[in-house]
Amino acid sequence: MSDISYPNGAHAQKSLLVQDARTRKRNAAEERFRRMGLVAVTIGILALVGLLSSIIANGASSFRQTFVNLEVYLDPAKLDKAGDRDPAKMAKVTTFGYSPLLGRALAQTIEAQGISTEGVSKKEIEALLSKEAPATLRDMVLANPALVGQTISLQVLAQGRIDGYFKGRVTMESAELDRNISPAQLELADALRAAGIIDLRFNWGFFTAPDASDTRPEAAGLGVAILGSAYMMLIVLCLSLPIGVAASIYLEEFAPQNKWTDLIEVNISNLAAVPSIVFGILGLAIFINFVGLPQSAPIVGGLVLTLMTLPTIIIATRAALKAVPPSIRDAALGVGASKMQSVFHHVLPLAMPGILTGTIIGLAQALGETAPLLLIGMVAFVREYPGSPPEGLMDPASALPVQVYNWTTRGDPAFVERASGAIIVLLCFLVIMNIAAIMLRRRFERRW
Amino acid sequence: MSFKVSASVLAIAAVSATTAFARDNVQIAGSSTVLPYAAIVAEAFGENFDFPTPVVESGGSGAGRKKLCEGVGENTIDIANSSSRIKQSDIDLCASNGVTEIMEVRIGYDGIVFASDINGASFAFTPSDWHNALAAKVVKDGQLVDNPYKTWNEIRADLPAQEILAFVPGTKHGTREVFDEKVIEAGCEANGAFELHKAALDGDKKKAGKACMQLRTDGVSIDIDGDYTETLARVDANKNGIGVFGLSFYQNNTDKLQVATMSGVVPSVESIASGEYPVSRPLYFYVKNAHLDVIPGMQEYIEFFVSDDMAGPDGPLAAYGLVSDPELAKTQEMVANRTPMGALN
Repeated sequence: MSDISYPNGAHAQKSLLVQDARTRKRNAAEERFRRMGLVAVTIGILALVGLLSSIIANGASSFRQTFVNLEVYLDPAKLDKAGDRDPAKMAKVTTFGYSPLLGRALAQTIEAQGISTEGVSKKEIEALLSKEAPATLRDMVLANPALVGQTISLQVLAQGRIDGYFKGRVTMESAELDRNISPAQLELADALRAAGIIDLRFNWGFFTAPDASDTRPEAAGLGVAILGSAYMMLIVLCLSLPIGVAASIYLEEFAPQNKWTDLIEVNISNLAAVPSIVFGILGLAIFINFVGLPQSAPIVGGLVLTLMTLPTIIIATRAALKAVPPSIRDAALGVGASKMQSVFHHVLPLAMPGILTGTIIGLAQALGETAPLLLIGMVAFVREYPGSPPEGLMDPASALPVQVYNWTTRGDPAFVERASGAIIVLLCFLVIMNIAAIMLRRRFERRW
Repeated sequence: MSFKVSASVLAIAAVSATTAFARDNVQIAGSSTVLPYAAIVAEAFGENFDFPTPVVESGGSGAGRKKLCEGVGENTIDIANSSSRIKQSDIDLCASNGVTEIMEVRIGYDGIVFASDINGASFAFTPSDWHNALAAKVVKDGQLVDNPYKTWNEIRADLPAQEILAFVPGTKHGTREVFDEKVIEAGCEANGAFELHKAALDGDKKKAGKACMQLRTDGVSIDIDGDYTETLARVDANKNGIGVFGLSFYQNNTDKLQVATMSGVVPSVESIASGEYPVSRPLYFYVKNAHLDVIPGMQEYIEFFVSDDMAGPDGPLAAYGLVSDPELAKTQEMVANRTPMGALN
């Protein structure tokens, strides 16, 4: 090399142990860049930790729930006036007829334990129980009319504020100001807990129960939402995987390179960036108004999300197909395979890990989507479980992100806990899907 | 490509649609104010009857009425919840789509309350105070001037010396209409701004009314387009703020909010029912009569909604904050007879 770039003599004096000015400058630049990168990563991690910790702090308690253990005497005079245990006639007694029964049972239980009920009226004792409790009891009795006349032991939900008290959300001070609960009721609840009548248990209902109205947040669960989301993911998977893969194979392996395929390529990339609400508008116009599919049904939601997921899958699949080296195709063609044989016997299996990863990421994206569901009537209060597929795909259902949105708009503060709990459940599903994608890639990916 | 994809999906959809389905649940959409009440009724209905629980969607009063008027058939909704009365344009749209018989059911009244942080100062407002606080132009020394007020005690000496900051519902909310009409416009007339506006606009009453409702835009009045939960969060974050809430929402959050009186009256189910508390509005739902015999359980749901057990003064709806309608018996009779609504008056 020449020493044109160095001033005369400078080269000769240079020691290997002392950095010259230019090297120092370059090293300093590198150091700065490293620090900036570290700061960027730290900001990202802090944001994530902040988000997760606020969600978990709010929502972890939704996995536990307060229950009341009761001995209830099922008075035939109240529940079966005709006396012939005919469920059709007994169904005439509504939940309004069952709630005094429960109130009395709780009052008797308290009395039997010798707990003072000073300052708490009869009505307030009854109010310790969830409004869901009479429905639980009524369903039990109608399912088994022989229970009437017996004393059965039963565990029912406690009212949301009592539940909140044991979880630290409601305090004596806030109860003072709260028209839905009084400090005396909380003290009674404390005594009942000490006596073992009230206890906190794992909340299975949160995963299985349907949504509940604003007056009973303690009964609200994700059952319908999880089913609805599962049905939609099933539809998205069954439609978008074959369509997306077939389209990509054609475009990548068979289609001629001309301005039409260029145009299509640009359009697919554009579609991937279209705001998801646009697909909802499309779904409303085509699937509901034109085709006549029902409102609020997972089939429509699934179709809309399929449209939304397709571009993602096509782009991922094409990238996976492109990554298979041409030598594989040439070798297959060289030994006499047809074009189709070379694609399906050799290229596609090698591209499969990439395709599956793309599909799972597309599905995860679809699972968390709310906006397109807004327009097709899935952002709704749905309490009936959808039937089993295929007919069940036509039944109304909710979806996980929709349930989160629904609960955040409710007036009762107990729904904040529920919403955060639902976010945790949704995040768990997403993490599982993403881990599956990573594992598939690690396990089957081949590098050349 | 995009065309091919949607075409193939469409084909699949069309095939699945041919497997005929009959909807067996009632489908409801509309006002987010009516939604909690409708959900409470739907839940109790599903529990106590042999019909499936109705599906209740929110989305706003206007959107719900528009959906109701889309036509007759199983893929259109049966009932629209609404926090404001149906408009002639809705009725015309309905008629043009073959929805001729609509039943108007008034379920009760809803109060609109002004509430601030529980630990802050207490307020006793009049509509005139609110107009002075939020209007773009107010009366000062007999003149219309740009709103100069910064704190409440500048408006009226016995109000607290607290910065004026209000979270009012956005214009897409039915609540805003009531706020504009019963608070801002009423206040405008009370403090004399209306007369001055009218004089300035050559006696045009309509334009004067509009000028009255013009709110200031210097960040003192903040429109909340979300739900009451958002308003609550804003009041929580800014202790000087005063939020506009529905009575039922306030009643669920009495440990965080304190309510202001309006013209000396404390808002409550009783004071709204008696008409003493001025800021309230009726809530409705609109029924597509053509669906009554087609959708199982629809008639039963409507009758159950207006029954004394639910909508009566001791029912669960009143407990949640709905002010029960004194003329409920009339509504029950109308529902039983399926009397469609007449022309708007």
